Amino acid sequence: MIAAALRMVAVLAVMAWPAMAEIRIQEVTSPGGIRAWLVEDHNIAFTAMNIRFLGGTSLDDPARRGAVNLMTALIEEGSGEMDAQAFARARDGLAADFRFDSDLDGVGVSARFLTENRDAALDLLHQALTRPRFDPDAIERVRGQVMSVLRGKAKDPEAIASQALMARAFGSHPYGSDGTGTEASVTALTRDDVVAAWKGALARDRIFVAVAGDVTAAELGPMLDRLLGDLPATGLAQPGRAALNAQGGIEQIGFPGPQSSIGFYQGGIRFEDPDYFAAAVLNEIIGGDRFNSRLMDELREKRGLTYGVGTGLAAFDHGEMLSGRLATANDRVGEAIQVIRDQWADIAAHGVTQAELDAAKTYMTGAYPLRFDGNGRIASILVGMQILGLPVDYPATRNQRIAAVTLADVARVAKRLIRPEQLFFVVVGDARL
Amino acid sequence: MILRLALALLAVPVLVLLAPSGLRAAPVTTDRLDNGMQIVVIEDHRAPVVVHMVWYRIGAADEDPGHSGIAHFLEHLMFQGTQQLEPGEFSRIVEAQGGNDNAFTTPDYTAYFQRVAADRLGLMMRLEADRMRNLNLTEQDVDTERAVILDERNQRTDSDPGSLFREQMMAAQYLNHPYGIPVIGWRHEIEQLSRQDALDFYQANYAPNNAILVVAGDVQPGEVLALARATYGPLPPSDRIRPRSRPTEPPQLAERRVQFVDERVSDPYVMRTYLAPERNPGDQRKAAALTILSELLGGNATTAVLARALQFDTQQAVYTGAYYDGLSLDATTFGLIVAPPPGQGLKETEAAMDGVLARFLADGVNAEDLARIKAQIRAETIYGDDNTQGLARKYGAALSIGLTVQDIRDWPDILQSVTAEEVMAAAREVLDRKRAVTGWLTAREEAP
Repeated sequence: MIAAALRMVAVLAVMAWPAMAEIRIQEVTSPGGIRAWLVEDHNIAFTAMNIRFLGGTSLDDPARRGAVNLMTALIEEGSGEMDAQAFARARDGLAADFRFDSDLDGVGVSARFLTENRDAALDLLHQALTRPRFDPDAIERVRGQVMSVLRGKAKDPEAIASQALMARAFGSHPYGSDGTGTEASVTALTRDDVVAAWKGALARDRIFVAVAGDVTAAELGPMLDRLLGDLPATGLAQPGRAALNAQGGIEQIGFPGPQSSIGFYQGGIRFEDPDYFAAAVLNEIIGGDRFNSRLMDELREKRGLTYGVGTGLAAFDHGEMLSGRLATANDRVGEAIQVIRDQWADIAAHGVTQAELDAAKTYMTGAYPLRFDGNGRIASILVGMQILGLPVDYPATRNQRIAAVTLADVARVAKRLIRPEQLFFVVVGDARL
Repeated sequence: MILRLALALLAVPVLVLLAPSGLRAAPVTTDRLDNGMQIVVIEDHRAPVVVHMVWYRIGAADEDPGHSGIAHFLEHLMFQGTQQLEPGEFSRIVEAQGGNDNAFTTPDYTAYFQRVAADRLGLMMRLEADRMRNLNLTEQDVDTERAVILDERNQRTDSDPGSLFREQMMAAQYLNHPYGIPVIGWRHEIEQLSRQDALDFYQANYAPNNAILVVAGDVQPGEVLALARATYGPLPPSDRIRPRSRPTEPPQLAERRVQFVDERVSDPYVMRTYLAPERNPGDQRKAAALTILSELLGGNATTAVLARALQFDTQQAVYTGAYYDGLSLDATTFGLIVAPPPGQGLKETEAAMDGVLARFLADGVNAEDLARIKAQIRAETIYGDDNTQGLARKYGAALSIGLTVQDIRDWPDILQSVTAEEVMAAAREVLDRKRAVTGWLTAREEAP
């Protein structure tokens, strides 16, 4: 009795249109011409701001690999008249929170500050972005931390697998090497290299800004000019397209331990592609963000082969891949890889079922509005949307794009995208293959 | 904390815990069903989202001897179906609603949660109420899930020397209390856990009078209560719930030392844990002082006492940290970590750490540091309001270990009222090496 009732509710709810977040995005252009997206929310007396400068570690001069990463880590280590200690005391005294990070496509700044001292917090952030000191003792201290990170990666099987995968996929393009640099390249970096990376990476011609929280559009314009107006107008040239090595195979890197870390990839699809949404649904079915994906079901639920497996459509700014990862006991690596290969062949040949498609679509359309549940998360999502060139009304239309994907669309994309012969596996561990 | 699924595993072996904040501008409503189930509703109407959590006052430290890992094993098995639902169907239904579900086990509690659109709350409650009493397990599902958990142990513990090291440290820290046993369990005991073990543990501990319902998000308390009465209300309370009484620690009279050598270690470090008091109902001042002490010593990568002394004034460390979490049913630990630069031995590193502690105990608290930390803690209560799920977790965890809603509400004010004298008194009491474990994690054996 209860069983029937539960299933009934589930079926009804699947057909109901999920509740939609009312995200009202305003486009703000500052008097000085800096554009930003804003979602006002005056419930809590703070504001979250997210800034992204396109380029990131891929801007590095190949001979100075790691410069952008080291520079980014040094922004909060002293600026203006303040050394690292004074800057941290000032920031903490305002209870502001600034984070700086770099990845292969950008340098990110995320900030949270209270309404009660917003101007002072923004002045401090402005000082960090525009007048970093790069003091020699700070460079040496942070260089030591970066070296420690590099030593840690060299002994981390997941990091080894992911780096080997990127190297195999993208070769000599910056994507093919670690943006943190190597022990040799980081050792050789000079203060001049760090200054050059700062001038080249933090420029206005590559900036995307989003703000969510306790601030109005009228207040935001002048804030943007004060914060970002005197950054350099232009910076370093962006890297070109990254060609993908899409020849299938397997590579093993020995590493002690009871299990192996496995990464795998094949060719991907650009966001601009008309079939991107069908591909996103297909990825969700294969190995997306759920317990009930194909691979989770086949590898974990049916065979107990792994604690977790997932796939993703990696659409970087200059290249794409469909990649995944898992870890499994050394004596079961061969079986796990075979299960993945079998699924690839099956999906390429037969596509997916209507039931799988319906489950993925209801999950994706239902989960989407749940993302917008905090100022920090909203600011971050809004920056991503701008980079992809999406309009401000995209959140209201996105679910329709997912809902419009048909079984024929997925079958077409499966045939075109899922390429068993392209599957390349990196196995880090002492499995006998 | 052990999650049912965690794909993004933390690479950094250290958790720096910021002081939690319980106070919130949004209303918090509490109630209790006739069958004993406790209810907390936290309102946040900014997004049409709700987090639905059920917390059981049962954790890994409540397991019978020889059955380590059974609490966590059962947590996994709770997704393997009921008399009405097939294995995996629970998660399939949640996902079909666009929701996410997961669960986690700690030494003191086990919790299950879903995050869904707010209008799906009733369905989540029916599902969760169903598996509170109607779990159905086949031998084959149990065997498969045991393999998954052994994979989980491989991935999270056995493949990570830092994790193995902490496991050995905890085992040495507790002479008698089961906090010395890992939540995921010792491998040889996990391998022996049976379907019957899981069902026994389930029947003895899963009942409304041993559970707390926390609902946070775009909901009205009256509606939540009505739904709870309709779904959880009919479940009968269990008369098998025993008061939690665990073996307690004897006086700890001698420092213990652990050297864990593993070729996979990239950077060696020194870690020390001291046995430390926890937050107790109506008695949280010492835990508040220890929370502030951990912030002072190692809470901030730049301005904390250890960072200043060992990374700025000298270059004797590349990383320093201190951690303390008073949300524990029984005596917890206060921890310190110092990682030296390449070429510096751990003996020298440990001496440097002890030198900083000795100077701190002699000099006392810097008033400016104390004021800054309190300002940050106050701000965290504002930023914390942006994370409804985080608030729900704070309530669930605190209530699961026996704190009251009043204790949770009092906590931010207690933190603000802690004096420098209280911090130093707590430091002098807790930083006693007779009650400590000092550990070295290294790639090659070092002479002590």
